[in-house]
Amino acid sequence: MLYREAGQFRTSYEDDQQVFPIRQDRWAVALFLAVAVLAVPLVINDYWANAVLLPFLVYAMAALGLNILVGYCGQISLGTGGFMAVGAFASFKLTTAFPEMNLIIVLLLSGCVTAGVGVLFGLPSLRIKGFYLAVATLAAQFFLVWLFNKVGWFYNYNATGQITVPPREVFGFLVTGPEAKPHVAYLFTLGFVVAFALIAKNVVRGRIGRMWMAIRDMDIAAELIGVRPLHAKLSAFAFSSFYIGVAGGLIFTVYLGAVEVTEAFGINLSFLVLFMVIIGGLGSILGSFLGAAFLVLMPILLKNVMVDWMGMAAVTAKHVEITLMGVLIIFFLIVEPHGFARLWQILKEKLRLWPFPY
Amino acid sequence: MNLRKLFAGAAVAAVALPVIAVSAPAGELTIPSLVYRTGPYAPNGIPFANGYADYWNLLNERDGGIEGSKINLIECETAYNTQQGVECYESTKGEGAGALVYQPLSTGITYQLIPKASADKIPVFSMGYGRTSAANGKVFEWIFNFPATYWDGATAIVQYIGDREGGMDKLKGKKLALVYHNSAYGKEPIRTLEVMAEKYGYELMLLPVDHPGQEQKATWLQVRRERPDWVMMWGWGVMNQVAIKEAASIRYPMDRFIGVWWSASENDVLPAGAGADGYLAAAVHAPGADFPVHADILKHLYDKNKGAGERDRVGEVLYNRGLAAAMWTSEAIRTAMKMHNTKDPTAAQVRDGFENLKVSEARLKELGLEGFTYGIEISCANHSGPGRAAIQQWDAKAKKWSIVSKFYDRMPEITGPLIEADSSAYAKENNITARSCN
Repeated sequence: MLYREAGQFRTSYEDDQQVFPIRQDRWAVALFLAVAVLAVPLVINDYWANAVLLPFLVYAMAALGLNILVGYCGQISLGTGGFMAVGAFASFKLTTAFPEMNLIIVLLLSGCVTAGVGVLFGLPSLRIKGFYLAVATLAAQFFLVWLFNKVGWFYNYNATGQITVPPREVFGFLVTGPEAKPHVAYLFTLGFVVAFALIAKNVVRGRIGRMWMAIRDMDIAAELIGVRPLHAKLSAFAFSSFYIGVAGGLIFTVYLGAVEVTEAFGINLSFLVLFMVIIGGLGSILGSFLGAAFLVLMPILLKNVMVDWMGMAAVTAKHVEITLMGVLIIFFLIVEPHGFARLWQILKEKLRLWPFPY
Repeated sequence: MNLRKLFAGAAVAAVALPVIAVSAPAGELTIPSLVYRTGPYAPNGIPFANGYADYWNLLNERDGGIEGSKINLIECETAYNTQQGVECYESTKGEGAGALVYQPLSTGITYQLIPKASADKIPVFSMGYGRTSAANGKVFEWIFNFPATYWDGATAIVQYIGDREGGMDKLKGKKLALVYHNSAYGKEPIRTLEVMAEKYGYELMLLPVDHPGQEQKATWLQVRRERPDWVMMWGWGVMNQVAIKEAASIRYPMDRFIGVWWSASENDVLPAGAGADGYLAAAVHAPGADFPVHADILKHLYDKNKGAGERDRVGEVLYNRGLAAAMWTSEAIRTAMKMHNTKDPTAAQVRDGFENLKVSEARLKELGLEGFTYGIEISCANHSGPGRAAIQQWDAKAKKWSIVSKFYDRMPEITGPLIEADSSAYAKENNITARSCN
């Protein structure tokens, strides 16, 4: 009843090709964005920004990047943590070397640097596939983290190898550092994520995205119909690494402010982002957001419910939370092996018929 | 999938989400405790957390709080993870009348909180860990890291080695190895040791061990090949016990193997059994449960089933460390109450309490901790206290630590310039003007 597309006629190519062809979808997205941009900044406080929304947004960005590579192009990567470290250290070096440079440009350049590194480590994908490629990208993970821990130039030769972001302003608003207002940091990150999610949505339904999906579905067939594997695979690595690098830069500059490479960008992070992609839905932009939301927000929700509502001891709650997260992941993957995105799709189909299903 | 059930679940979640914290009744002293009873470092995190909790609970049970104000201790689990530490900090800082002081309990979380807590005007007490240059109170107004920093620890260990060799001049030509956790924490002593190497002419060999430190065969093979005269260790968690076991298996003499105070607990030496006999480690306080305060803890808490941990683990090294942290913090709060003549001090007043903190040996005796540690005095410029450390030794047969050296004084001529350089670099990076301390 509410979600029926009857009567929505597409009379021009523009109508037919828009990102959200269904009117209700457009409204929902517009409403969602309006709330995120207009309402949330009014009520946001330090807790909501630093503990809930910023981690959600930066992880969504990283999941988006990995989804391009794994979900759309079918190349498995376990190097996400290492590539995020590249983004973080690139933004650190850039912003300390050129203090006048706008943070937006710093982050975009860090993305470009990461894209270059990603292409380099993507080269083996031209010869190896599947699990073998996963192992090759795993090498990237360990090598990059080792490099940033070993070579003093990357952390400006300080005593401990920790990098700390200096306070930086964007258009007169302080974005990084402890004095930054939570709504400014939030809006800054949100801007990046929304813009790049839109770009990703458009890229994957265009020529490049179709090329990636052809390679994913059957690389030999794709090659026969004229898709060049070199271009397709390396462009996927470049795009994906760019997103992941920006996410790494955002984690370092806006969210945490100080990181230590071995702790913040370890192999755990690679797995976390990969799980976000798998649980959210391979090959779906929405899925990246749902997966990030599930893995970032669910533990915090469980903790708050158990500790503050039920009065459980912090440590018991933690043990229960770890167990529950595992159970929930297994439960959702059994119920819907294609992730939350597929669940959403089923829901939409049912909604079209509601309340008179046949 | 049954959509109705999914909706019901989602609805419950949506309702639950906005609720973040229940507030504590006003007039209480809110002390958040960031602990890690889970995760890779839990075996070391648990005794510390228990000692910390027991001392606060003892104050509540025995004395009715500090000067009549009850303590509301809020534990928050970080699993030694920085992101969870940030979540804990943000969720507890507004509890009750506001958190009074943080004990971050991890180098990563400390680095996170240094700028955040300074901006929120809440003191951070990173006791014997965290950023060493926070000793400079002119730059780090809100951070305290007494009684001793890692750099003080490094100088104490080298002084002890000098004593054993028969004088600091005998260090010339000796080979000292540092086995360290390859992280910000483990890298802390390197600069100090390098400066001292130049001064005393010993050779320094650096052997990093990656997190978590399960695999150290290559490291100890190198030790066996190069035969350093002394091995120092900056380790944490499972890395400590693996290192001690490996050292025992290559028959490295245990009385020439010295850990920092975080590589100095029962958990670290017990797995190596008799092989760990004679292992040395730095200490800033005494081990054991023979102090009157431990008797009080057993009587007021464990006899009434209110203890945080197990009865027979009261008095372990890390337990006593947690107890020392709580003791100094409570004395700082007491100082703040007296200075500002109030029963519920604010975080800013507690900071003043820390800065004017004086716990003499006579005061330790009143607290039931005579001979537990040395007297300290904090000032505006010096946030790291006297910086003294002794060496303790493990007796595998009696399963006991005992202090075997005097307390060595810090070497300000070595650490002073390093602290000055590092803190002024931090001040420059973050546009902080150092305050004057006159």
